[in-house]
Amino acid sequence: MFQLFGRIHNNVLASYVLKINQRAPTVSAPSCFVLPNNRFNSTEAEPALTSEDFRKKQIRFNIKAEHVEGRPLYLDVQATSPMDPRVLDAMLPYMTNYYGNPHSRTHAYGWESEKAVETAREQVAKLIGAEPKEIIFTSGATECNNISIKGVARFYASKKKHVITTQTEHKCVLDSCRALENEGFKVTYLPVKSNGIIDMKQLEETITPETSLVSIMTVNNEIGVKQPIADIGALCRSRKVFFHTDAAQAVGKIPIDVNKMNIDLMSISGHKIYGPKGIGALYVRRRPRVRLEPLQSGGGQERGLRSGTVPAPLVVGFGAACDLALKEMDYDKKWIDFLSKRLYDRITQALPHVIRNGDPEQTYSGCLNLSFAYVEGESLLMALKDVALSSGSACTSASLEPSYVLRAIGTDEDLAHSSIRFGIGRFTTIQEVDYTADKCIKHVERLREMSPLWEMVQEGIDLKNIQWSQH
Amino acid sequence: MSTRRQVITIYRLLLREAEKIPAYNFRMYAGRKIRDTFRENKSINDFAVIDQKLAEAKQNLELIRRQVIIGHLYSAEKLVIEQPKKALRRSK
Repeated sequence: MFQLFGRIHNNVLASYVLKINQRAPTVSAPSCFVLPNNRFNSTEAEPALTSEDFRKKQIRFNIKAEHVEGRPLYLDVQATSPMDPRVLDAMLPYMTNYYGNPHSRTHAYGWESEKAVETAREQVAKLIGAEPKEIIFTSGATECNNISIKGVARFYASKKKHVITTQTEHKCVLDSCRALENEGFKVTYLPVKSNGIIDMKQLEETITPETSLVSIMTVNNEIGVKQPIADIGALCRSRKVFFHTDAAQAVGKIPIDVNKMNIDLMSISGHKIYGPKGIGALYVRRRPRVRLEPLQSGGGQERGLRSGTVPAPLVVGFGAACDLALKEMDYDKKWIDFLSKRLYDRITQALPHVIRNGDPEQTYSGCLNLSFAYVEGESLLMALKDVALSSGSACTSASLEPSYVLRAIGTDEDLAHSSIRFGIGRFTTIQEVDYTADKCIKHVERLREMSPLWEMVQEGIDLKNIQWSQH
Repeated sequence: MSTRRQVITIYRLLLREAEKIPAYNFRMYAGRKIRDTFRENKSINDFAVIDQKLAEAKQNLELIRRQVIIGHLYSAEKLVIEQPKKALRRSK
């Protein structure tokens, strides 16, 4: 019954019988119930609220009158980030006059596009400490993850048929692994500790001579925790296993050096670092060489690993975004740390029972995932209509299921339902953070006041001891 | 024009131009970035470096000018926190 906790609708509640193990006689029905027919089937139920009382309370909790004109604030930079005007400025020439195909070798239109693409390749490589030749442009991090996981596993399939990943990976990694399982590969989904970080010892024990690839993301997209990438890289190198990392949320935000961290394959996304959407890059190590089977057949562009014309304007924008990220990493980090701390402090000082998901130290501060106990996440998101927020990853935001990442770190079902991810980026302002914090505090208080669970917590009842049963 | 004068002139021009960016987030960022960058580079004494930074600033000024035009061509509705006081009061 507990999994329904987060989303018990007040009307539904009426059909539940509440049995409290120890303290049943001491519970009096909460005094400020909102709904007319809402009753605990406890012995001391109060008479129904009069309609006048009810109307008063309805007015108190009503937020219809609070509608504010204007576009919502954007605090969901993990989903996608706004494109930097400087990136757009770099792209525009290649969207207007310089339209040549970068693979055309016979005329100037091709040469100028090719030159721009190669400059961008250098810019991307510089950000991660790689050689330009090791960068392959793709359509985004999802494609990179597919190419690296399926590509490496299939190429070495005759000798090695084992892949290791974690339970908190992005959907595209998990789905690629699922596809490999259907092809007869063995996949280990490593659990994570309650702070969201993997257990190095467990990883070490899981690696077998059969293992061809370990894929672990650098920064988690939902809870923002940073995995010990350098340690994992060193371990994989010593065991001669290829190491792939999905760094879509990490590149440009935290310093990454593929050589120092012994990374063999890395996925990068353009639109997470204030670049254009529809472009990404895969880093494939040349020494020692990582070989993979391409997914796409065609003209053999990008070392034959990703055929198809390289989109020159997007690549130029991506390069410019990487260049900016490299120059402004420290500046952005200071700002994002400051805002993140401000938001977290404001909310936690005003509200009790707020839980931060994921490790508070080993984390990227721009991704703040909070669980507001006794409040349902969806209702809070609906109340915070003037702030663009998400309860988890954008890919799964359509479903009401709680996030699998939160379940993997062992968050209780009810807390997993009440989580909200605050994304802070380069363009977030102090005013936005303050507005969000104020609204959030106000609505959490309002929703808690409406909640019978909150009332019970105030009376000192341990909700975990309640046995819920349904007629 | 003395170097000091030049720096102050371009600083003012940049700030004035940044104020014109229609998108709230970009406008706020530009102002913050310009102020912080000039403050950070305050103690540079090497004239070669100063010249280089001045050239960079001029390029950025042109960039902001172009982006202001583009921003006006495809402008969006204002954000909730940009709304005039009156609208906010009515909502209460």
